[in-house]
Amino acid sequence: MTELERHNFDVLVIGAGGAGLRAAVEARMQGKRVAIICKSLFGKAHTVMAEGGMAAAMGNVNSNDSWQVHFRDTMRGGKFLNSWRMAELHAKESPDRVWELETYGALFDRTPEGKISQRNFGGHEYPRLAHVGDRSGLELIRTLQQKIVSLQQDDFRATGDYESNIKIFAEVTITRILTADGRTAGAYGYYRETGDFVLFQAPAVVLATGGIGKTFKVTSGSWEYTGDGHALAMRAGATTLNMEFIQFHPTGMVWPPSVKGILVTESVRGDGGILTNSEGKRFMFDYIPDVFKAMYATTPEEGDRWYTDPDNNRRPPELLPRDEVARAINSEVKAGRGTPRGGVYLDVSSRLPADVIRKKLPSMWHQFKELADVDITKEPMEVGPTCHYIMGGVEVDPDTEETKLPGLFAAGEVSGGMHGSNRLGGNSLSDLLVFGRRAGLGASEYVDRLGGARPSVTDEMVADAEAEALAPFAVESGENPFVIHAELQQTMNDLVGIIRTESEMVEALQRLEEFKVRVNNAKVEGGRAFNPGWHLAIDLRNMLLVGEAVAKAALERQESRGGHTRDDFPEMSPEWRQINIVCSAEGDGVAITRQPIPPMREDLLELFEVSELKKYMTEAELPKGAH
Amino acid sequence: MTYTAKFRVWRGTDEGGQLHDFDVEVNEGEVVLDIVHRLQASQAPDLAVRWNCKAGKCGSCSAEVNGRPRLMCMTRMNTFEPDEVVTITPMRTFPVIRDLVTDVSYNYEKARMVPAFAPPEDLKPGEYRMAQVDVERSQEFRKCIECFLCNNTCHAVRDHEDNKSTFSGPRFLMRIAELDMHPLDTADRRQVAVEDHGLGYCNITKCCTEVCPEHIKITDNALIPLKERVADRKYDPIFSVASLFRKSDKRTAPGATPGSKAAQG
Repeated sequence: MTELERHNFDVLVIGAGGAGLRAAVEARMQGKRVAIICKSLFGKAHTVMAEGGMAAAMGNVNSNDSWQVHFRDTMRGGKFLNSWRMAELHAKESPDRVWELETYGALFDRTPEGKISQRNFGGHEYPRLAHVGDRSGLELIRTLQQKIVSLQQDDFRATGDYESNIKIFAEVTITRILTADGRTAGAYGYYRETGDFVLFQAPAVVLATGGIGKTFKVTSGSWEYTGDGHALAMRAGATTLNMEFIQFHPTGMVWPPSVKGILVTESVRGDGGILTNSEGKRFMFDYIPDVFKAMYATTPEEGDRWYTDPDNNRRPPELLPRDEVARAINSEVKAGRGTPRGGVYLDVSSRLPADVIRKKLPSMWHQFKELADVDITKEPMEVGPTCHYIMGGVEVDPDTEETKLPGLFAAGEVSGGMHGSNRLGGNSLSDLLVFGRRAGLGASEYVDRLGGARPSVTDEMVADAEAEALAPFAVESGENPFVIHAELQQTMNDLVGIIRTESEMVEALQRLEEFKVRVNNAKVEGGRAFNPGWHLAIDLRNMLLVGEAVAKAALERQESRGGHTRDDFPEMSPEWRQINIVCSAEGDGVAITRQPIPPMREDLLELFEVSELKKYMTEAELPKGAH
Repeated sequence: MTYTAKFRVWRGTDEGGQLHDFDVEVNEGEVVLDIVHRLQASQAPDLAVRWNCKAGKCGSCSAEVNGRPRLMCMTRMNTFEPDEVVTITPMRTFPVIRDLVTDVSYNYEKARMVPAFAPPEDLKPGEYRMAQVDVERSQEFRKCIECFLCNNTCHAVRDHEDNKSTFSGPRFLMRIAELDMHPLDTADRRQVAVEDHGLGYCNITKCCTEVCPEHIKITDNALIPLKERVADRKYDPIFSVASLFRKSDKRTAPGATPGSKAAQG
């Protein structure tokens, strides 16, 4: 066997989506030598799938917007369970992060004055999403990719080597974070292409691995979404929180079967699309919860007027936060008012002229035309909920994004706290930028503080990691990993899905115990070069650990809030709002603890009416004098 | 409707390989990539294929289906007759790694040779002003998902391996055109297009446009205008007006429209 490939960097960024690339840009600007690990090719990360845009209170379309309003919307969307400090930083910094992208070459859609255009989205009080048609994620990733290239060109001019300060490792999967003396020491992984192993020694590692969608059957996530960062962090000694909160996006494609779950952007509703059931009824008016009653239109007429006169009308309920809309669709289908293929109708054809639809929603038009043979300018789409995003993730310091393991940082979907129990559309791309930058900065400052005292990787750590990665080849008469994966996804979908109940989750946890035996017995055929069966066998361990964290946290939380709906505990509880459920790895499974959420800072609390806070908080938490 | 289809899939490495025959189930609404996944799950778990989003947005699953460069995720099975043999081979222009996966590093090397966006140095973040009509031309090219099917198809490299060192293919000539048409880019990119990226190799046969899954009019809207600009000809009215405008007032217009607020509070 060839000798192990070894690299030394200051900062290792695992994940090459929006958060990872922004972190890498920042670390390089801070003078650090950076490696970027892509699980796919450079520029293919899941960020390309984001459609709607990035939320930033620039006030280009409605000058009433401000960070305070954005902060309020974010906390409301998350049902006040958010890390308020992260929500504050996010609302304050996202405009700068968007403007900065223009200096990197991004070309957003424009307002008539030539500023960045902003569109309406669910839960946002004002038009707030900077966008490019409905391919905003592609613009974000391409812009950051091209910024990285431009920094490499700068380095080439200075050193004669493009890769002197930023090196990209494409199609590499990390299997372990290595630690020494309670600190991060590096990471171990393999090249997908060859199956050869590679060791990265780096005192600071930024996790930016995205989500866990592939743990569920119906998902908008790609194959990369196997919860790698969540599992790597827990196994290395860091913690995750809020894992029970999973966003089922209300509008995924329901047909054809091969694309079931693929996202239909919320922009369809932001731009005027309406939801109807099999009886032709615009049903969302029946599903406005009490906490939102004052903010949403009660008649279709008022809702329709809002698109042209938002100051004097309330918004239509199709634009409620995603958790509300997903539950409403679920209820309609359960009540027998769904479409023949098990969804509801989403119609924009009767609402906008065909040429406007093609201009505003080009990739949706394209997607339905090519994949479902449906012309959305002439007929409605069929849509239903799909697993889209995990609000929960690695527990981080809000300012530096450092996890509980010194030297390990996390940003983007893999981190937790920012979105509370439910994320607003558009707050993800801006999250990637704000906290990607902060993680890159945090990691750089950590490396500076560490000085020359870098933890070192030992031969035993390497031997251990190698044995773990090669274990599937040693199984002689085991199961096909693809079969195990399909059944794991079905189990999570059926038993820990959009509506949850105790007995089902207890059953899920029993089955997950059985899956542990099966996953250890997954058999791999063929060699190590580009072998999807082997890759899946390794990824399955991550999905299993993440699945257990989700199920255990969901069983623990006895209330319904945001992306966690309990049939047996349908109410939101002010007492539970004060608690985060924290997961850590223990043995071959997950241990949970309850952790109090720090009270919101007084000046932020004052941004809300007391009457609104009363809907979420206990008496003792309300501002003084408000009792 | 479920039926059994006959598939022939190329399997091998850079040292050689051959087509393998498979009988595989096909269901209503499926695409070629679904069938490849079914082969992985049932008959060939080590069949190498690159894919990601499965919705035509990431540009990973490029291959040649019955000889035509396609995204496998966007090729519906109902475009074939049930008794038709479907043959899948890797992209021909790039070296094979294994089975359907090719080494596309050529494209990343060319990308690194394109000089970066060069905005006016005194223009601060938040002060960029551009009209929608002016950004739309470059926006069309930024729809590119980098599937590299255009570079795979262009005969200047497909049939002439030795041109790879001097020719960057439609993808990166289009990238140069995109930057050149950016309303706030200050660089002159004509010489780079010809000398570093081989614009002259393109003889506008439009093969790239035909295979683009994003339906970008690569030849008409990017390559021909770039050639005209290099030749200093101004046949393209919108482009010539835009470039005149830029030349006359390149550093300030339209970034500092009178009366527009420089920063928002």
